[in-house]
Amino acid sequence: MEEGILQVRGLQKIFGGLKAIDGLDFAVKEGQIKSVIGPNGAGKTTLFNLLTGVFPPTRGTFEFRGALLNGRKPHEIAHLGISRTFQNLELFANMTVLENVMVGAHNHTAAGLFSAGLRLPAMRREEKKIREKAWEELRFMGLEEKASWGAASLPLGEQKLLEIARALATHPRFLLLDEPAAGLNIRETETLSRTILAIRGRGITVLLVEHDMSLVMGISDEVLVLNYGRKIAEGVPREIQRNPAVIAAYLGEENGNA
Amino acid sequence: MKRRDLQVILLIAAGIGAFPWLAGRNEYFLSLLVFMGINGMITMGLSLLMGYAGQISLGHAAFYGLGAYSSAILTTRTSLPAPAAALAGMVLSGLVAYLVGRPTLRLKGHYMAVATLGFGEIMFILFNEVSSLTGGPSGLSGIPPLVLGGFPVEGAAYLYLVWGGVLLLFLFSLNVIDSRVGRALRAVHGSELAAGAMGVDAARCKVEVFVLSAVYASLAGSLYAHFISFISPSSFSLMFSILLLMMVVVGGTETLWGALLGSAVLTLLPEYLRGLEDFEVLAYGAILMAVLLFLPRGIMDGIRRAWARLAGKT
Repeated sequence: MEEGILQVRGLQKIFGGLKAIDGLDFAVKEGQIKSVIGPNGAGKTTLFNLLTGVFPPTRGTFEFRGALLNGRKPHEIAHLGISRTFQNLELFANMTVLENVMVGAHNHTAAGLFSAGLRLPAMRREEKKIREKAWEELRFMGLEEKASWGAASLPLGEQKLLEIARALATHPRFLLLDEPAAGLNIRETETLSRTILAIRGRGITVLLVEHDMSLVMGISDEVLVLNYGRKIAEGVPREIQRNPAVIAAYLGEENGNA
Repeated sequence: MKRRDLQVILLIAAGIGAFPWLAGRNEYFLSLLVFMGINGMITMGLSLLMGYAGQISLGHAAFYGLGAYSSAILTTRTSLPAPAAALAGMVLSGLVAYLVGRPTLRLKGHYMAVATLGFGEIMFILFNEVSSLTGGPSGLSGIPPLVLGGFPVEGAAYLYLVWGGVLLLFLFSLNVIDSRVGRALRAVHGSELAAGAMGVDAARCKVEVFVLSAVYASLAGSLYAHFISFISPSSFSLMFSILLLMMVVVGGTETLWGALLGSAVLTLLPEYLRGLEDFEVLAYGAILMAVLLFLPRGIMDGIRRAWARLAGKT
């Protein structure tokens, strides 16, 4: 397998008796948009939580640009240049839109308590930089007019965009988007797909978990299909749409729901 | 800083500034105001710790004691000037807080409360038992007055010094709240999961605030030692740690004003209840219970809501 910016080998996660991820190998190449799809419970969000250090894997390794991620804490992984959004929004509801994004820019600042308390010049310069970076990302996501709103008072669609703006403010090289289109209408989803392409255009590699197939097939370079924590297919969208194993997994789920 | 904050600060400054003209040389009122300020310094730090880092300390009396004993020992046994002694106490307290906070704040939950409870008890025993340094249970006396620029600071000047300190710590705290550290702590409060993913090291931020609150308490302790010139372990017991917590809770943890108000109320209350003699403690307890039952978010929140209702009517 070709070396990628992210390299996952033999990844396994067992919760009690449940194998949420069961021996997964894949790579993401730099500059790609790669999507992870699969029926509910296939292990997609678990994969994201493993990659961002929320919990440790039972077995297996994952490397980002040659650095082993196993055993690192979430904030350490963020410092390496991996950022993410959350399927069930995790905004800082007690803060404004602008402040949410400013926390994202936290990564690249160093002011301690002492210089903060005394408003030393270095700290003021840093604050200014953080603020500018935050505004820049708000404009990129088209949220600048809502900057002073409380984060929780935004409509759902814009809360999703705010999550992306906040993640972008961390200067990531690699962005994990967890179901960004869930709950969006068709027009919002179209805007979102253009936004994701623009993010890739900034040189950021994107790993996308999504149920909206038109979005996935429209923008992905490669698609990885999971079912019961295992890889059942991987390839370009055209191949995936015709893959019998994939069709069976999705139809099987439909039958199960009926 | 908001305009309302500035107005209240000016009002308090005017009140403190006019004190000698209002109360003359009344030592009793003067010392009450000084204690209010000293307690306010400690509770502001505690308020940052509780309201922003979401942690409870049951050991702040010990940091207060560390500051007081550092100042007392250094100024009676060495020729170190009082400000340098106070600074040494602050550095020592900060260091000790780091050592206590570092392992406990990495864990989620209320380990901090338990750890600081134990730490406070250990320090209380040390204040009592290391009598060669601390004078043991009978304490240390003859602590010289604080000398600044060649002049001893006493009486109304001491009042100004303490409240000047309160003002500086207040502004320092506001700046901290409105900085990356404050934002990071609020983010952790909002969603620890997302804060981590944004690169916020929650444990480190909490340790920083804990250290800061210990330094505030230490400075308050030094000012206390020079003011009353005699210290003994009984001032630094668990009871005082709990009283400090009560001040923050009664005032309200949502703003720094709550901490200041809480310290003022609980410093004055016992004085006004003294007339009840045997029933003093009973009345004190009943009042605290009433506040927590009817104003669970503190007196400050009650005032804010009453104010909003008044403003709404007119």
